[in-house]
Amino acid sequence: MLRRPISIADYDKQINQLTIIYKVFGEGTDWLARQLPGGQINVLGPLGNGFDLSGIQGQTVIVIGGGVGVPPLYNLVKQLNSQFNDVTAILGYQSKVSIFYEKEFKDLTQTYIATDDGTYGYDGLVTDVIRELRFSYDHYFSCGPTGMLKAVQHQLSDIDGYISIEERMGCGVGACFACVCQADNDKGYVKICQDGPVFHAKEVTL
Amino acid sequence: MNLSVQLGGLTLKNPVMPASGCFGFGQEFSQFYDLNTLGAIVIKAATGEARFGNPTPRVAETSSGMLNAIGLQNPGVDQIIKQELPFLEQFDTPVIANVAGSSEEEYVIVAEKLSKASTVKALELNISCPNVKEGGIQFGTDPELAYQLTNKVKNVSSKPLFVKLSPNVTNIVSMAKAVEEAGADGLSMINTLTGMKIDLKTRKPLIANETGGLSGPAIKPIAIRMIHQVRQVSNIPIIGMGGITTSEDVLEFYWQGPTQ
Ligand SMILES: Cc1cc2nc3c(=O)[nH]c(=O)nc-3n(C[C@H](O)[C@H](O)[C@H](O)COP(=O)(O)OP(=O)(O)OC[C@H]3O[C@@H](n4cnc5c(N)ncnc54)[C@H](O)[C@@H]3O)c2cc1C
Ligand SMILES: Cc1cc2nc3c(=O)[nH]c(=O)nc-3n(C[C@H](O)[C@H](O)[C@H](O)COP(=O)(O)O)c2cc1C
Ligand code: FES
Repeated sequence: MLRRPISIADYDKQINQLTIIYKVFGEGTDWLARQLPGGQINVLGPLGNGFDLSGIQGQTVIVIGGGVGVPPLYNLVKQLNSQFNDVTAILGYQSKVSIFYEKEFKDLTQTYIATDDGTYGYDGLVTDVIRELRFSYDHYFSCGPTGMLKAVQHQLSDIDGYISIEERMGCGVGACFACVCQADNDKGYVKICQDGPVFHAKEVTL
Repeated sequence: MNLSVQLGGLTLKNPVMPASGCFGFGQEFSQFYDLNTLGAIVIKAATGEARFGNPTPRVAETSSGMLNAIGLQNPGVDQIIKQELPFLEQFDTPVIANVAGSSEEEYVIVAEKLSKASTVKALELNISCPNVKEGGIQFGTDPELAYQLTNKVKNVSSKPLFVKLSPNVTNIVSMAKAVEEAGADGLSMINTLTGMKIDLKTRKPLIANETGGLSGPAIKPIAIRMIHQVRQVSNIPIIGMGGITTSEDVLEFYWQGPTQ
């Protein structure tokens, strides 16, 4: 079985703890969910490059997550807070039953929830929420399904933004060329596993 | 225990080497272990010009294996010689360069350039990539074309030449015989088998290229069978591959006659 790419949702260096949050989707995540406390799993990581927050201090920031793209934004918001930024989180889920970490995010910052089917929070997409808020932001950070990222990339094209993107992966370390994405750089592409998964929104073509 | 092997004129410390395309150009895996411990390193296919490969998704997991349709993405032979090979010079491990192309001329040019690079100790002629329309598969399924190509490449290269065979043929023995007669110093067996996976949500092939090459433990019995058949008629060295994941797998291939 191939390894599964999963983001780091949170970590605590003092107690050597790493938190991942995942959705049971197919065979691999189902196996993971059946592991027992105290057991061991084989992990290769951390791999690639996360959100670069150097120089982002005392600014207004919007964080946009969709579904299983929400986890890596949790520690991100913590870090943004510690650098005195004014953070708004907008999290989109399919339905009321698929919501997770609402309270955790609300404990950290001002958070809006949207559901595709309108069963909880705002009835609609994260991009609808952004449109209604009509605030201005210095930066945005986003992770979620490619369709959502594309819409966000388009909607917030005049703001400095960073997106974390997904692709099916083979090796996870840059050797197999499974996870490339077209990019505006001298090579014409990036490898998501090694160069990303976080990229400047202007660098990659989704 | 002395594990060294003779391979078409090369002496390897041991018979273990990563297969082409599974190891990039070595840099990535050098963070995980010492590349000096390998018998040889087979680098990703080189073509005449840079290739951007196929659209994504390019890989899919299958029962005991995976499909890939990378599409020979590589920066082109000149860039590989200039940018990628220097890194591999520091290791006391011979580099085998995988040669690909869509025409006879392209293969010949790439092979000639790579055979002149001092880091490259042998060539592996990839006539078996199933994932691009013009990826050499026509040379890998027709013994006559395979003979001609091998012969032409042999003429421009002074380094040992291994020809990588495709399992997507009805008669592997005639392919092996043809390239041996054309002057191949050895064979690499096997490349991937063409396969397909359907995404149950979209009801369409999961891989953007639709078909992909099947690799992994699923193809090991086929590799063993083909090597066994070829071994009956040929004495040139065979680099064996296809689903090797454990030391038992290595032994199974080893006792079958090949050299990986
Ligand atoms: C950089 C990155 C970070 C991710 N972070 C998280 C996270 O924090 N939490 C979470 O729940 N999910 C995350 N995902 C998605 C997660 O990797 C997939 O849901 C998971 O691989 C599905 O595996 P499975 O065995 O359950 O499904 P199966 O369908 O059985 O998987 C079959 C194959 O397809 C691959 N695959 C299937 N869906 C995806 C997908 N969306 N992206 C990439 N590969 C896929 C699998 O890795 C596996 O190789 C992330 C994906 C990427 C690329
Ligand atoms: C992601 C990937 C890329 C590959 N790229 C190449 C390539 O560039 N040239 C080549 O000759 N074979 C290529 N192959 C085929 C392998 O070298 C090997 O023949 C095949 O995967 C069977 O071995 P395995 O089951 O041990 O992986 C590739 C295979 C994979 C999985
Ligand atoms: S998964 Fe292999 S290069 Fe990214």
